[in-house]
Amino acid sequence: MTNGNATLVVKDLRKKIGKKEIIKGLSFELKKGEVFGFLGPNGAGKTTTIRMLVGLVKPTSGQILLCGYDLHREFSKAVRQIGCIVENPELYPYLTGWENLEHFVRMVPDIPKNRIKEVVELVGLQNRIHDRVSTYSLGMRQRLGIAQALLGKPKILILDEPTNGLDPVGIREMREFIRFLAEKEGLTVLVSSHLLSEIQLMCDRVAIMAKGEIIRIDTVEYLLAEQERVIWKVEPLEKAKALLEEETVIIGEEDGTLITHYDAEKVSLWNEKLVKAGIKVSEIHTKLPTLEDLFIELTEGETID
Amino acid sequence: MINLVYNEMIKIVRKKRLLIIAAIIAVLVALFTYAQLKRVQSIQEQLGTTDWRAQLQQQIIDTQNRLNSSGLSEEWRKFLQIRLQQQQYYLDHDINPSAPGAPTFMRMFAENSIDLFIPLMVMVIAADLVSSEASGGTIKLLLTRPVKRWKILLSKYIAMILSVSFILLSLGALSYLISGVVFGFSGWTLPLLTGFSVHGEELDTANVHLISQWKYLLMEFGLVWFVSLVVGTLTFMLSVLMRSTAAVMGIMLAALISGAILSTMVSSWESAKYLFMVNLRLTDYVSGMAPPINGMTLGFSMTVLAVWGLAALIISFIVFTKRDVY
Ligand SMILES: Nc1ncnc2c1ncn2[C@@H]1O[C@H](COP(=O)(O)OP(=O)(O)O)[C@@H](O)[C@H]1O
Ligand SMILES: [Mg+2]
Repeated sequence: MTNGNATLVVKDLRKKIGKKEIIKGLSFELKKGEVFGFLGPNGAGKTTTIRMLVGLVKPTSGQILLCGYDLHREFSKAVRQIGCIVENPELYPYLTGWENLEHFVRMVPDIPKNRIKEVVELVGLQNRIHDRVSTYSLGMRQRLGIAQALLGKPKILILDEPTNGLDPVGIREMREFIRFLAEKEGLTVLVSSHLLSEIQLMCDRVAIMAKGEIIRIDTVEYLLAEQERVIWKVEPLEKAKALLEEETVIIGEEDGTLITHYDAEKVSLWNEKLVKAGIKVSEIHTKLPTLEDLFIELTEGETID
Repeated sequence: MINLVYNEMIKIVRKKRLLIIAAIIAVLVALFTYAQLKRVQSIQEQLGTTDWRAQLQQQIIDTQNRLNSSGLSEEWRKFLQIRLQQQQYYLDHDINPSAPGAPTFMRMFAENSIDLFIPLMVMVIAADLVSSEASGGTIKLLLTRPVKRWKILLSKYIAMILSVSFILLSLGALSYLISGVVFGFSGWTLPLLTGFSVHGEELDTANVHLISQWKYLLMEFGLVWFVSLVVGTLTFMLSVLMRSTAAVMGIMLAALISGAILSTMVSSWESAKYLFMVNLRLTDYVSGMAPPINGMTLGFSMTVLAVWGLAALIISFIVFTKRDVY
């Protein structure tokens, strides 16, 4: 099923540490120009998977193809296709940003010297690039990390929790930047996150991970639409509940509100029914599920641990 | 490869490691120069400043008398003749044997620092070469470049060799320059005795001969370099195996200090001679000091050190290329 557009192909990837199987057979494909999200709670195996994708950790079994090159057999060619930040953007604090980039350019034979200037401008670090990294804020380090990842003009960019620790403005900038790279530069971007809101805003497709497995891969719109909820603030509660239960499933009750699934066609009809029955409907709003909701839904009641 | 080594050297230099080491050496050399000066002064006070010529003259006459007496073994006679030659040289060239010039100081400094001070300095460089990349997380960036892992490690190893060589060069240069200001810069051609060997309890003087100090120095610095490389390689291995630079330094420090203590008390524990740390004083073989354990020779010690170094190198490369990086 590998199609010509696939830049990153993973087949039945597994990792055992000691007796414990941490990654239990992942398979997925990423296409050119898409932003793909790894969504899962802490400990789901996102970082471990990413470490395997970039060659830091050797899989117990399975295959990884980067732009068609097998990571295990053609390491240098395969790794040449990617840029990455795994966990935190750690660079040499005693060197300047510029020296850090020079350091990595020297390790790859075919990067032209002026590429450093290009990426520095791309991430907007011109003003501070000649300062030592130890004086940088986290946001600046994150940008330098991205600059470092983009040095070799990679086809695939892999970012592990890229917005972790950033302030709201930083998060938004990062999001826009990632979208820009995918849409305008045609990169394939793989990002991981434990926050649904994050993934929802920047990804085209998402893989939901838990306990070393992918539970589901889908487009973000589809997943969310399916899981979107309607919150009803109604009085009296019991009577409204009885009426709504005739039409749909009540999936929750929270301080004076009822929660049902969202159905674009029907919500107004349900509302009409309530109003006609003399129920005071003071508020109807839709709400995206939290990651936890999604999880409980997808794993049928298993909690995140 | 040159690029990779260049990267590693930049990191070592920018961490100011080499500068700090050079400063430590300079301070220590100055300290020892002062101590040496005090010693020379006190000897001169005891003997009188001009008296050393008369004293040397007296020693020469003594040696000559012993040479003339009968019942001397052939070997011993030869040894005394060489001694005589040396004393005569001092007298002829107006050299006070107890007030040495800078090259002599340099030699003594190297001989006394071969088993602890120099290894410590080497350790400071080698201990964090790999462990700091692991603990700082930068190893992830290094290993996700299109460069094979063994090449990255090799570049670090070469950088270690270069740094060690730099340390020894600066040790030589600083000890020569600083002590030279006080003791004068001459003495390169001073004849020194070498060729001693120890058989059982006996000092074998059969092969003793004179060589000029500069050859002697070259030989000793060669040995110091060899010892430094082995210590550097061992530290390098620990640095690959462990994330914590402090732990690497702790283990090396314990090994080196235990070596210094052991060599003074292991004469009856024979298998201790296979430990690397009691084999570090290679220069003692040149100057004819008794080894800590019977039967140890220069060749033996160098072999032991080489085996340890090689094993460490192999382990480093296997572990570094195979292991998962978290
Ligand atoms: N070096 C390791 N040894 C043993 N278990 C590990 C190791 N690294 C990670 N794990 C385990 O693997 C699981 C996945 O971890 P990780 O990939 O870091 O998750 P995530 O990035 O999704 O938070 C966790 O349960 C963690 O305890
Ligand atoms: Mg993680």
